[in-house]
Amino acid sequence: MITDQIWRNEEQAVFALRALYQRYGYVPFKMSQFEEYDLYVRNKDFLVSDKIITFSGEGGKLMALKPDVTLSIVKNAPEEKGVVQKVYYSENVYRDYREIMQAGLECVGDLTPYDIAEAVLLAVKSLEKLGGRYVLDISHMGLLAAVLERCGFDKGKQKQAMGCLRQKNTHDLKALCAGNPEAWQALRALSVCRGGAEELETLTPYLTGEAEKRALEELKALLGILAESGYAEKVRLDFSVGSALGYYSGVVFRGYLEGIPESVLSGGQYDKLPRKMGRKSRAIGFAVYVDLLQEREQEENPFDVDTLILHDGTVPLADLRRAAESAAAEGSVLVATKAPKGRSWKRKVELKGGTAQ
Amino acid sequence: MNNWMNIALPKGRLGEKAYAMLKNSGYECPSIEDPGRKLIFENPEKRVRYFWVKPSDVAIYVERGAADLGIVGKDILLEYEPEVYELLDLKMGKCRMAVAGKKDFREPVGRTLKVATKFPNITRNFYAGKCRDIDIIHLNGSIELAPILGLSHVIVDIVETGTTLRENDLMVYEEIVPISARLIANVSGFQFKYEAIHAIRESLRKQVEEK
Repeated sequence: MITDQIWRNEEQAVFALRALYQRYGYVPFKMSQFEEYDLYVRNKDFLVSDKIITFSGEGGKLMALKPDVTLSIVKNAPEEKGVVQKVYYSENVYRDYREIMQAGLECVGDLTPYDIAEAVLLAVKSLEKLGGRYVLDISHMGLLAAVLERCGFDKGKQKQAMGCLRQKNTHDLKALCAGNPEAWQALRALSVCRGGAEELETLTPYLTGEAEKRALEELKALLGILAESGYAEKVRLDFSVGSALGYYSGVVFRGYLEGIPESVLSGGQYDKLPRKMGRKSRAIGFAVYVDLLQEREQEENPFDVDTLILHDGTVPLADLRRAAESAAAEGSVLVATKAPKGRSWKRKVELKGGTAQ
Repeated sequence: MNNWMNIALPKGRLGEKAYAMLKNSGYECPSIEDPGRKLIFENPEKRVRYFWVKPSDVAIYVERGAADLGIVGKDILLEYEPEVYELLDLKMGKCRMAVAGKKDFREPVGRTLKVATKFPNITRNFYAGKCRDIDIIHLNGSIELAPILGLSHVIVDIVETGTTLRENDLMVYEEIVPISARLIANVSGFQFKYEAIHAIRESLRKQVEEK
């Protein structure tokens, strides 16, 4: 009998997510534990952490214990016109000598706007599946890159501005924009922006470039779709989302669950990665950091075991077996000669010389 | 725990001043003003909970979600680079992060510069920007001693008035960054307590501007 109490939060989540992705036509992707280290070094900027565990494989080839799943999927993305590959995974990845359970999906190939909207929708639905209050913050890297470019910032300043946006730090952002009122107005509007589709109107006067307008249109369409599915209140425009400008090229998002101090889901459109690998395909995907669900309190059985059977070592085996079997039929049982330290039980049965007392 | 506002304050004068501002914002907690050894103070009516922590630990409490909000020096944020939102410059506890050395100090060109500091990350980033080869000596206190005893060429430390430096025949050579207290928020708490956090930020912002 498998009850909810046996599955830990994160295990239940993985099953729920797999079922969800499969329902939308995503197929499972199983990757090997090891991948050539070279793949990760070439795409170092794409990885969350550069602390990769390596081994020397056959023929002295340097192998890595997989720190990431996305790169392996993109490497094999289809290039044919009109073809899109939709895969999901739930795998352990390894970073900083830690094993991290991660689930997620990637949609790669000749993406249409529908594929992008569907992936974002699945991100919201993933959060919904995990239960409790949730929020998905949405931003657009293409938009941010275009604004920073128009501000005339060099690479160093762009990086600083992105840092300020990420931390919602308007005071340092203001100092950075000294003498450039146009940049300050646009970046300030982005930095304080937080809300639903109505915020797009507030932003429009400050975002004047062609690429910026295009990005706003994309966001508008996307928020429209999400609202139609009933998630208008669950998604927020928030431009603090977005790591380094690195690989993300379009919409980016990050999901939060109440009670978990960091984001549990993050992803976005990353066309630059396949392009860097010399492929024509485009890509969108996200990861759910399932292991963070351990942070959530789970209703726990106040007892470690239901029945503790203590015996003195002289009880015939057959009697012990019978007592243990009948107790196990009703709940959990532990047979011992001495009560274990630091554990609790609902009921204690002591057996001596073959008779219960 | 959920609909409470948890605020981590740095022990000391800065924390007391920050509490006064939060009190003005409508988050008073009378019990905090009683002397004693208690660490946590609650006002159930306002659903606010304050706790005093070591100043350098504030960012950890906030990053890990034990506190929704915190008051912390920019030096700590630069040193530990926590994933938090930095919502406001409170413009108090002002000082600067600077390079200081002996009055007769001459930069040892062509040699590795030995730098003593409590802030290895800030130091590393600062000199990396200059492509200067340095040797960081990580100390936990009395940094000023290092150049006097020849342990290091210079120090990277917080300078408030410069009195300690002057009394030890040291002087500031280069300013790295100005420092002041900041209001920080946990990234997830911000999502779910947005209205309250936004109101606190706006109230504090007004108080800072009126000063």
